Amino acid sequence: MFRYTKLTALREVGFWALALVFLLPFYFLLMTSLKSDQEVFTTSAAAPPSSLDFGNFVEVLSARGNSNVLWGLFNSVIITAGSIAVLVLLGSLTGYVIARSTSRWSTTMYYLFLVAIVLPTQLGTVPLYIGARTLGLTGSVWGMIILYGGMLLPLAIFLYAGFFRGLGTEYEEAAAIDGASRTQIFFRVVLPLMSPATGTVAILAGLIVWNDFFTSLIFLGGSDNQTLPVTMYYYIGSLVSSWNKIFAIVIVSMIPILAFYLFAQKKFIQGFAGGLKG
Amino acid sequence: MTQTPTSATRAVVLPEPTGRRARRPRKRPQGMLAFGHWWWALPGILLVLGIHYASTAVGGFFAFTDWTGLGAFQLIGLDNFVEIFSDPTKIGAVGNTLFLAIASVIITNVAGLGIAVGLNRGLKSRYVLRTLFFMPVVLSPLAVSYIWKFIFDYNGPFNGFLGMIGLEEAIRPWLADPEWAIWIVLVVISWQNTGFAMVIYMAGLAAVPVEIEEAAAIDGANLWQRFWHVTLPSIRPAVAIATTLGLVNGLRIFDQIMALTGGGPAGATETLATEVYKESFALGNFGYGAALALILTLIILVFAVIQQRLTGERREA
Repeated sequence: MFRYTKLTALREVGFWALALVFLLPFYFLLMTSLKSDQEVFTTSAAAPPSSLDFGNFVEVLSARGNSNVLWGLFNSVIITAGSIAVLVLLGSLTGYVIARSTSRWSTTMYYLFLVAIVLPTQLGTVPLYIGARTLGLTGSVWGMIILYGGMLLPLAIFLYAGFFRGLGTEYEEAAAIDGASRTQIFFRVVLPLMSPATGTVAILAGLIVWNDFFTSLIFLGGSDNQTLPVTMYYYIGSLVSSWNKIFAIVIVSMIPILAFYLFAQKKFIQGFAGGLKG
Repeated sequence: MTQTPTSATRAVVLPEPTGRRARRPRKRPQGMLAFGHWWWALPGILLVLGIHYASTAVGGFFAFTDWTGLGAFQLIGLDNFVEIFSDPTKIGAVGNTLFLAIASVIITNVAGLGIAVGLNRGLKSRYVLRTLFFMPVVLSPLAVSYIWKFIFDYNGPFNGFLGMIGLEEAIRPWLADPEWAIWIVLVVISWQNTGFAMVIYMAGLAAVPVEIEEAAAIDGANLWQRFWHVTLPSIRPAVAIATTLGLVNGLRIFDQIMALTGGGPAGATETLATEVYKESFALGNFGYGAALALILTLIILVFAVIQQRLTGERREA
């Protein structure tokens, strides 16, 4: 009964029209970023630029100091990659013990992690900031990796524990019979089997870290190691309403994540839909 | 934590690889791990206890002090809270936080579910469309907000559009208008999060067998009845997830405000998160900021609990 009828075709066209309106902001973004300083004020936002002018991008990318967008990009990459590494290592180890242990304590811990997922970070940020300031960890890339690792660990543990519960112990038993040590069993047998979980953790946590503004503004704002969102915030604040330059920064900031998304969109969507369902 | 040494001794007593096969028969003592070591979980547990629980507890303590981040401080009881609730801007921030969270959850879930249902059956290009609608979700809320700031700028395309269709009298500086600014923030949040709800619902809908709908159709149920009585009840878990996560994230709204209005005009779009940031980190009122953060935390926890009750069927983890 669910055949492809004229009505379905109409629905298809309707959704495409909706999608185009939905994505209209990206059209304004691209068009404006290519306009010259003069053209931004004289032409309508809907009109395309008279000539392709990449001058805004050149100017924005050559800014130095606290507005160094490329340096911000670099910091964001290091911090995101480092946080993912911490989360995969600690998340999988903790998730494994929590999922495999039958002890009452592991259940308690599991609920403790579950609550920590919902617990907002704002209240803890104040003491964490003072602690980090005392230890000289504000403005430090390593400090941020530890911080993000801790903040997102409950989510990583929750995801891993869910995947481990669905994995029988046959693989571990077979490896043990073959004489593998516990460490070998985990890192050579169990963890490789968990690559879907690792992918989900990397995508979800990586995206949260990459886009995070609140935490990085507090811990890195004004330092030499600002992440991309913080650099963007301060740089754009100094540009008042030079929308062509602002949009050049916005586009530069979006390109890495958009490229990654369009390349692996199925993994992204599955990660969100499946991962969060637990 | 007092129990850990006990499980430590148990773990040490675990059978060595040689003896394991003989002892395999299921009945393992409680808490024993056949593989791995219990202490593998220790770094993770300590990190979570420190960064989530200990810091939140210390923050909760600061909420009852007048600490400025430097030097000595005094316990001042509920003074911070009295001050918060006698400041119209702070009360406004609580109101704005609740309004943005609740309204955006309703909008994104209705729109997301609508798109998901529409795309679910039969469309040839549904995966491409899904990719497009989901795209804003992966982008930084900060970056996205700048695009919208331009769209609702006085000289921006939205006013241009209003002028074009002859609604000149509606033209205004949207984000500088204390009446309207909060609605624009709502538009931006809803636009960005609709794709998220859509994806959760598409996953939920994919698990509903087409036969059930067909059976209902054969029994004479119309489109609306099929949706309301057949489809919706079968995706209840998806509704629970999408609304809970939307609400929790909505209550923390920060980036969009900072980019769009900075809390203005005249505090009309402040939220609890922006106030926490400003009081604690811009003004150095750590005690006062912690009190605001404590209110935010309590609101989120209360909503998370209510949400779990309302959507029923606690998904047993």
